[in-house]
Amino acid sequence: MSRAPILVFGWGNPARGDDALGPLFVDAVEAMGLPGVECLTDFQLQVEHALDLEGRSRVLFVDASFGAPEPFGVAPLRARRDDSITTHAMTPQAVLQVYRDLQGEPPPAWLLGMRGERWALGDPLSASARRHLDAALHWARDWLTRPPA
Amino acid sequence: MSFELETAAVAGENLRRVAIDPVSRVEGHGKVTILLDEHNKVHQVRLHIVEFRGFERFIQGRPYWEVPVMVQRLCGICPVSHHLAASKALDVIVGADRLTPTAEKMRRLMHYGQILQSHALHFFHLSSPDLLFGFDSEVSRRNIVGVAEKYPDIARRGILLRKYGQEVIRHTAGKRVHGTGSVPGGVNKSLTAAERAELLKDVYQMIAWSRDAVKIIKELHEQNPALYDRFGTFPSNFMGMVAPDGSLDLYHGVLRAKDAAGNILFDHVDYQTYDTLITEEVKPWSYMKFPYFTSMGPEQGWYRVGPLARVQNCDSIPTPFAEHERREFVAYAGGKPMHATLGYHWARMIEMLFAAETIKELLHDDALAGSDLVVAGERRHEGVGVIEAPRGTLFHHYQVGDDDLVTMANLIVSTTNNNQAMNSAVREVAKQYLDGKEITEGLLNHIEVAIRAYDPCLSCATHALGKMPLEVTLLDAGGRMLDRKYKS
Repeated sequence: MSRAPILVFGWGNPARGDDALGPLFVDAVEAMGLPGVECLTDFQLQVEHALDLEGRSRVLFVDASFGAPEPFGVAPLRARRDDSITTHAMTPQAVLQVYRDLQGEPPPAWLLGMRGERWALGDPLSASARRHLDAALHWARDWLTRPPA
Repeated sequence: MSFELETAAVAGENLRRVAIDPVSRVEGHGKVTILLDEHNKVHQVRLHIVEFRGFERFIQGRPYWEVPVMVQRLCGICPVSHHLAASKALDVIVGADRLTPTAEKMRRLMHYGQILQSHALHFFHLSSPDLLFGFDSEVSRRNIVGVAEKYPDIARRGILLRKYGQEVIRHTAGKRVHGTGSVPGGVNKSLTAAERAELLKDVYQMIAWSRDAVKIIKELHEQNPALYDRFGTFPSNFMGMVAPDGSLDLYHGVLRAKDAAGNILFDHVDYQTYDTLITEEVKPWSYMKFPYFTSMGPEQGWYRVGPLARVQNCDSIPTPFAEHERREFVAYAGGKPMHATLGYHWARMIEMLFAAETIKELLHDDALAGSDLVVAGERRHEGVGVIEAPRGTLFHHYQVGDDDLVTMANLIVSTTNNNQAMNSAVREVAKQYLDGKEITEGLLNHIEVAIRAYDPCLSCATHALGKMPLEVTLLDAGGRMLDRKYKS
């Protein structure tokens, strides 16, 4: 099965205020209709998401972040065993490590963290998070259409 | 009322407090506090649920037809259970007393896909690190990444079983998460021939791997019966849903409960009347309520739900491999109810096998391709939906006004039903392993192992980076902080 070379994977709970940033980002990228880009979302990163990385040339993980710089931060990811797994959810580094253990070297991956501030159940997206989302999408259009380095 | 070790009998200033906060490898944020004296004698153990969910209020005022989709946002792990329990309650509201065969079978397929993926996640990803490496093994290894490194074949099977369950959900609900397949009165899609063929292609492999998973947990019991039979073991009542003929049915049926000796407490109860059976007690130290059978009172009437309860509550399992395994399970316990906390894992794997076999049978049923999807009847104002979710009996109860807006919602989630049982389990383990001993990380993990066996889902899926810190605090007998560690 051939797969789109670029995967954009966002996660978060759309019912919890700025936690919706990840899924909203992915929805917006999907609406751009960029060639060679596949979009996936989930509530949380899970171990089976390692299988979604197979056959990609690069991966962009996207999440809301409490500690990211404003409006957003992007950093390359390295596979790393994660002993701070506190729930069913995993870190993207740990997902990459599972890929390495099962399949070999994972594709190059980056984490885009958009700064958020409100997380309560039923909260709408905050005004500042909306601005951070717009800024991140502006950056992403360029990154997603740039030829691989 | 208070149970043994729930509240310390002596003044708190002479006791030191050990906190496990949050409990790891469970869903959401809970914490355990243990009060010890200077000789490490255990005086109090509590599992606190420290997140306030507030989801019932969130639903009030919304149009009823939105509810099956909204409630999925309770949880990133078992959204389908909430989706279906809400749909079943709203079936009552819209007067859909009997769904079309296509609708019922599509929902069943979705539900058993959910059971398969959730049980696989729990066993392989969350619990197998403890079971394969040991409860006090190196902490950095005790996670799925450690399992993938040491036992790649087991990890790969766990991942592929879960992935298959997610694919069943995607084809029946429309998406892996936030699906819209089930609606009040039925479903909004049937299964295409291509989807059916794709799922059929791998289902026999899933059955084979599920049989292997039962074998793994059975062997663990047989290798160390002293541990598996005694760890956190205590007698309790059991409750679950069964088909009218007494066989295991995780989608629909009647309520049955047994006491600790296996005698029937009630049977063939219509779950629309659940609120005449169950009272939810509130305690000041936890956000999670403590349900009990009203007729027996809080001291005698609390119960367990989930795989251990279900596999022992039913008279049979209607698929051949799982029924064979149920009989072996019953035989292992000598025909008496098994009350071992670690028995949950064995029962859970029998259910995973049942789910895989049921999916195979459903996929061979032509009704899945039908076009008659939704029914309606006399509109009502109140409905209860119950489903056997992966973790246990799940109640959704709604009242809806003439304007179609929800005026009342009450949810008793599976983990709430197991609240007293989980507290009893951690107290038993504390008595067995901590009392009078030096407290180490490995021993504290024993407490978590007991909680994890119930596969609790303590809240829902908020997890933004930096918002789920781990904090462990150690105080001395005078209440002074000796150590505090953070991780995020």
